[in-house]
Amino acid sequence: MQVDMTVNGQDRSADVEARTLLVYYLRDAVGLTGTNVGCDTSSCGACTVLLNGESVKSCTILAAQVRGADVTTIEGLADGTALHPMQQAFMECHGLQCGYCTPGMVLAATSLLADNPRPTEAEVREGLEGNLCRCTGYHNIVKAVLHTAEHDAAFWQARASKSGVTA
Amino acid sequence: MTVIGTPLKRKEDPKLLTGEGKYVDDIHAVGELWMGMVRSTMAHATIDGVDTSAAAGMPGVHAVYTGAQLMDMGLWAAPLPCAWPVTPDMVNPPHYPVATGEVHHVGEIIAVVLADTRARAADAAEQVEVSYGPLPAVASIAEARTDGAKAHSELASNKSYTWALVPDPAALDAAFAAATHHVTAEFTQQRLIPVPMEPRGVLAVPGVAGGDVTIYSSSQVPHFLKILLAATTGISESKIRAVAPAVGGGFGAKLNINPDESLALVLANKLGRPVRWTETRSEAAFSTHQGRGQLQRIELAADADGKLLGVRVHLDADMGAYMMLVTPGVPLLGSFLYTGVYDVPAFGFTCDGWFTNMTPTDAYRGAGRPEASYAIERAMDILAGKVGVGPDEIRRRNYLAGGEKFENLAVPSTLVFDSGHYGPSLDLALDKAGYGDLRAEQARRRAAGDSKQLGIGLCTYVEICGLAPSRALGGLGFGSGGWEHAVVRLLPTGKAEVVSGSTPHGQGHETSWSMIVADKLGIDPADVTVLHSDTAISPLGLDTYGSRSLAVGGVAISMACDKVIDKARLIAAHQMEANPEDLEFAEGAFTVKGSPDKTMPIQAIAFGAFLAHNLPDGMEPNLQEQMTFDPSNFAFPFGTHVAVVEVDETTGQVDLLRYVAVDDCGNQINPLIVEGQIHGGIVQGVAQALWEDAAWDADGNLRNPSLLDYLVPSAAEMPSFETAFTVTPSPANPLGVKGVGEAGTIGSAAAVINAVCDALSPHGITDIEMPATPRRVWKAIQEAKQ
Amino acid sequence: MIPASFDYVEAASAEAAIAALTEHGDEAKLMAGGHSLIPLMRFRLATPAVVVDISRLSGLSYVRDGGDHLAIGALTRHCDVETSDMVRSQAGLLAHVAGQVGDPQVRHRGTIGGSLAHGDPASDLPAALLALGGSVVARGPGGERVIPAAELFTGFLETALAPDELLTEVRVPKVPDARWSFQKFNRRAQDWAIVGVAACGNGAGTGVALINMGQTPMVAAAVQSALASGASAADAAARAAEGTEPPDDLNGDAEYRTHLAQVLVGRALAEMA
Repeated sequence: MQVDMTVNGQDRSADVEARTLLVYYLRDAVGLTGTNVGCDTSSCGACTVLLNGESVKSCTILAAQVRGADVTTIEGLADGTALHPMQQAFMECHGLQCGYCTPGMVLAATSLLADNPRPTEAEVREGLEGNLCRCTGYHNIVKAVLHTAEHDAAFWQARASKSGVTA
Repeated sequence: MTVIGTPLKRKEDPKLLTGEGKYVDDIHAVGELWMGMVRSTMAHATIDGVDTSAAAGMPGVHAVYTGAQLMDMGLWAAPLPCAWPVTPDMVNPPHYPVATGEVHHVGEIIAVVLADTRARAADAAEQVEVSYGPLPAVASIAEARTDGAKAHSELASNKSYTWALVPDPAALDAAFAAATHHVTAEFTQQRLIPVPMEPRGVLAVPGVAGGDVTIYSSSQVPHFLKILLAATTGISESKIRAVAPAVGGGFGAKLNINPDESLALVLANKLGRPVRWTETRSEAAFSTHQGRGQLQRIELAADADGKLLGVRVHLDADMGAYMMLVTPGVPLLGSFLYTGVYDVPAFGFTCDGWFTNMTPTDAYRGAGRPEASYAIERAMDILAGKVGVGPDEIRRRNYLAGGEKFENLAVPSTLVFDSGHYGPSLDLALDKAGYGDLRAEQARRRAAGDSKQLGIGLCTYVEICGLAPSRALGGLGFGSGGWEHAVVRLLPTGKAEVVSGSTPHGQGHETSWSMIVADKLGIDPADVTVLHSDTAISPLGLDTYGSRSLAVGGVAISMACDKVIDKARLIAAHQMEANPEDLEFAEGAFTVKGSPDKTMPIQAIAFGAFLAHNLPDGMEPNLQEQMTFDPSNFAFPFGTHVAVVEVDETTGQVDLLRYVAVDDCGNQINPLIVEGQIHGGIVQGVAQALWEDAAWDADGNLRNPSLLDYLVPSAAEMPSFETAFTVTPSPANPLGVKGVGEAGTIGSAAAVINAVCDALSPHGITDIEMPATPRRVWKAIQEAKQ
Repeated sequence: MIPASFDYVEAASAEAAIAALTEHGDEAKLMAGGHSLIPLMRFRLATPAVVVDISRLSGLSYVRDGGDHLAIGALTRHCDVETSDMVRSQAGLLAHVAGQVGDPQVRHRGTIGGSLAHGDPASDLPAALLALGGSVVARGPGGERVIPAAELFTGFLETALAPDELLTEVRVPKVPDARWSFQKFNRRAQDWAIVGVAACGNGAGTGVALINMGQTPMVAAAVQSALASGASAADAAARAAEGTEPPDDLNGDAEYRTHLAQVLVGRALAEMA
C-alpha cells in the first residue's frame, strides 16, 4: 500500500506492505537509518521518534497508521550543521558511548523537556524510563538533560508554550 | 602541549548524535538475501526430520537449507573455534554452525532460509517443520554434576575439564589447620544476558570477481574473525576482509566467532550474493552467548585477629552446550583474583567445567573477575562478622603491603601485581560516603524499628587487565598472543594518521588515540585521524576486550610516536645541519639547543619526508613508524566502592540510594571517558545484584528472553553516582596506564549485595542470592523470623 | 520481529469499523494505538487476517462533562487523560493512573479504550475504572449498550465486548472530593505491576481494585465489604487476597503476591485516611 508522510520536513511516499512498522518504513523505505531497533517488545526506546512533536516508539506503530503525519527522526533534529541543544548537551556531558540508544534517548529527552522544561533529576529519570542504555549508566545522560534544561531554558520554554503546555 | 589528562569532548559524538553512525544493519548490498534461522525449540533432542517444502515455496524465498544439507555441501573445514583449550584433555564436542543429528540447546540452528526481505525470511523460517525425538535435558550445573542425564549423548560425562592452581597444597592445608576463624560460603553467579543495545548482525558481500568476501559484523574482534573464519571454512585468509563498522556496545557479547557469521560467509561465497542477518532481541538470548553461570565455594582461614592465612576456592562453571571462543577460560581469568587485595599466604583454586543444554557461556564484562571479586568480598564481610570487626577494619588488616604503596609485588596466585596503594582508596571512599554518618543513620533506623532499613556495603577490588603478555597467555593455553599493533604516519600536509589494531565499540578510541598522538607529536588532536576496525586498513590487530585497548593498543601508539619523533629528529638534524643530539623536541617542533630561532615544526618535516628532496642518505622517504607492543606484565587496577541501599522489609524492595566509587586505573588519558566507563560498569554490576537473571526452567527453556522479562534497569532505577579517583601509575608500560572498561562491574555487585546483607544482618541473614529480588529478600526475612 | 501479513482496513467511522468487524468476524482485530496488539503481532502470538485501524477516528478522542459522570472517548490517549484538567479535578485517580501506564512514549500513543478492551489483568487502567465504579459504552450493529466495569472483564484477555462491538466511550463518576490512592509495585518503572492497587472513594463507598491478582482485573470484594461494614483499614487490608487467584511467575508466586496485595491495600487505605 502507498504510505505518505512528512519526515524531517520532507514529503515522503513509499509502497510498502501493510505490516510495515514505522521504524522499518523510516529505515528501509525512506533510507534514514539513524532510528535504531534495539528490542522487539517496545521496551528499549532505541526506535523513539517524534510523531507530530511527541516521542513515540516507532517499532510499535504501523506506518499505515500515521499516513500524513509529521515525523522527526534524529537526522532531522540538527539545524544544518548546528547541533540541536539536546545533541550539544549530550556531547558536552559525555552522554553517549556506543551511540546506539542515543537517537532514541535524545528524542525522548527532547519530548520530555517540551512537556516539562525545568524537570528535577527524579523527573528526568522517570521521564526516560522507556529508554535503555547499556553503556553510560545513565549518569551523564541525566546530566545532559538537566544541563540543557538549565542552559537553554529560553529555548525549552518557547517549545513548551508552542505545544500549549506550561511548566 | 598537554592534552593527556584533559576532558576533551569526543570526536565520535557528532556522527552518532545525528544518526550518521552506520551499524551493520544500516549497511546494504545490492541483491542481498536475508537469512532466517530455524532454531531448535528443544533443549536436547534428536532431529528426526526437517520438512522445508512449505517454506521453499513461499514468496521471495531463494533457498532453504537444513543442517544436513549444509554439512553435505562441505562448506566447513573445521567446527567453530575454541581458542582456549585450558587443559590438554579438555572435552570439546564439535560445534558446527548448524546442528545435525542432535540439538543441544534451545535456539541452536537447525535450518536456514534465504529470502529477499527480512520479513519474508521470518515468514518462511516459521514454516519449516522439525520433528524431534526428545532427550533428557541438563538445565543446571547441579544437574550436570550428577551425570544422570547427559548434555551430549555421545559423551561419557558432562564434565569437560578440571583446572587447578594450587601452588603449595601442604601450605594450604596447614593454613586451614592453624586457623582460628573459618568461613565457608557458597555463591551462585547467575547467568546473564549481555544485551549490548545493538543486536548482533552480519552482512557478507562476495566480490564481483569471485573468491573475495567482505564480512561486516557487529564484532569486537574483526581480526580474530578473519583469521578464524579462514581457518574453519578453508577460505584463504587473504580473501577475507572483516569490517566492524559502528558497533553498538559489546561487553564481551561480540567477542566470538558465531554460527551466523560463518553461515553468512560460506553462503555468500557459495551463492555469489550478499547474505545478511540481524538477530532480534529475543533471538539474541539464544544466538549470542551468555555470561557468568558459576557455582562458587570459597573458604577462608584466618587467625584470631582476622588476618587471612589461606583462601581455597572451587568453582563449578556452566559452559552451556558448547565451547565457544574463550568459554572454558572465562572462569580461570578470575582464578588469580580470589585473594583480592589481600595478603594471603596460602591459596588454592580448582574449577570444573560442565556442559549443560543451555546457550553457551563466554565473556561478559569482567569475564571471571567480577565473580572472583564477588566471592572474596562477600566472604570478607562474613569473616568480619565472625571476628567482630567492621567491614572496613577487616580489609585494612589484610591489605597487601599493609595498604601502603607498592610496585611489582608477587602474590600467591603466582602473579606479580604491577602497583597498588589500597589504604588511601578505602579512606577516600569512606570519607566521600560519610561512612560514620551512614552508620549512625543505620543505627537510628534499627533502634526505631523502621520498616526501611539502611545497608552499607563495601567492595575493595583489584582486577587484571591489559591482556596481555603473550608469554603469560601461552602459559594459560590461550590460542593467541596479547600484543597490539599500531602505525603512526604523518601525511604530507602535516596531519597525522593512526592505524590501530584495537576495535572500539563505544569506548571512544578515536578521541583517546588522538590525544596520545597530539600530546606526543605536539599537534592538535583535531589533526589526528584514527583508522581501525577494518582488516583491509588495519591488517594487524588483536582487538578490544579485557580492558586491554589503552594499556596495550594505546601504548603501542605512544611508542610508535616515539619512533616517529626519532626519525623526524634525523630529518630535522639533516636539514638544519645540526647534530641530532643537539635538537630538542617540544610543542611539535625541533629546536637547536641554545638557538631558539633555529626551529623546524614536525609538519615541515613531514612535508620534507614526502618530498624526499633532502633526506639523509639511505633513509626511506616517509614519516611513518609502526609498533607492535607486547606488555611485560598485566595491569592491576583497583578501587573501593561503597553502596548504600534501603531495604523495605515489608515488601523486600531494595533501593540503591547512593553509590560511591573510588577507582584507580593509573594515569588517565581522558577523565571524561574514564568516568563514563565507571558509570556504565557500575550499572551492569548493580543489575546483576538486583535485577538480571537468565531464568532457565528444568526443561532447558529460557523463561525471559525478551526485555519485557529480562530486566535491564533504566535511569529511573539508578541514582547519580559519586566518583573519585586515586592515581597509582603502572610500571608495566611507559604511559603508566592500567585500564578501566570493566572496573565498575567488578566492584559493584559485591558492594550492593554486601549492603543488602548489612541491612538484613539484625535478622541473622548472612547471604542473599543474586539477584536480590523483592520476593527473595522478603522470603529471607520471613524465614529468618521463624 | 515483524508481524505476519494481514489486510489493512482503515475505518472512516465507528460504524465502518463495526461493519468491518461484522464482515470479518474472528479474523479481524481492531487496532487503536496498537500498543497492546502490535507487540502480540510481532511475536505472532496474534495473527489477525484483517486489521481494522480505528486510530484516526478523532471523533472518539475527547473528555466531556456528562453531568454526573465524565465521558472520555475511547481513543483518548493516556497522555491526554493524564493532563486533562477535567479528569484531574473530577477523577484524580484516573488521571494519575493514566500517567503510570508504560512509559512516556507509550502514553503518547496508547489509548484508554484500547487498554480497557485488551482486558489485561496486569494493566493499570482497568483497576482504576473498577475502583471508580465506572463503565464503558459498547457500540455494535444493534446500537449502544453500557457495560459496568464490574461486568467488563470476563476472562484472561477477554471482555464482555462482542466480536462485532466497538468500545466507544469510558464513563467514570465525577468524584471531585474523593480521596484516592494508587499503589503500583514493580521492579522497574516501565514494567507492569507485580501487584497493584487502585482505590477511590466513590458514591457507593470505597472502591478497591487489584492489578495482576488473577485472570482478570478485579475488585477486591472482601476489602470493599469489610470497609462497608465498618472494619478497620488494617482488618480490611488483611482480606485483600480473598477470592483472588494470583499468578506465579518470575516476579512473584501466590504467597508473595498475596502478601503484597495486603501490604498495598493497607498503604492505599492509609494514604486515603
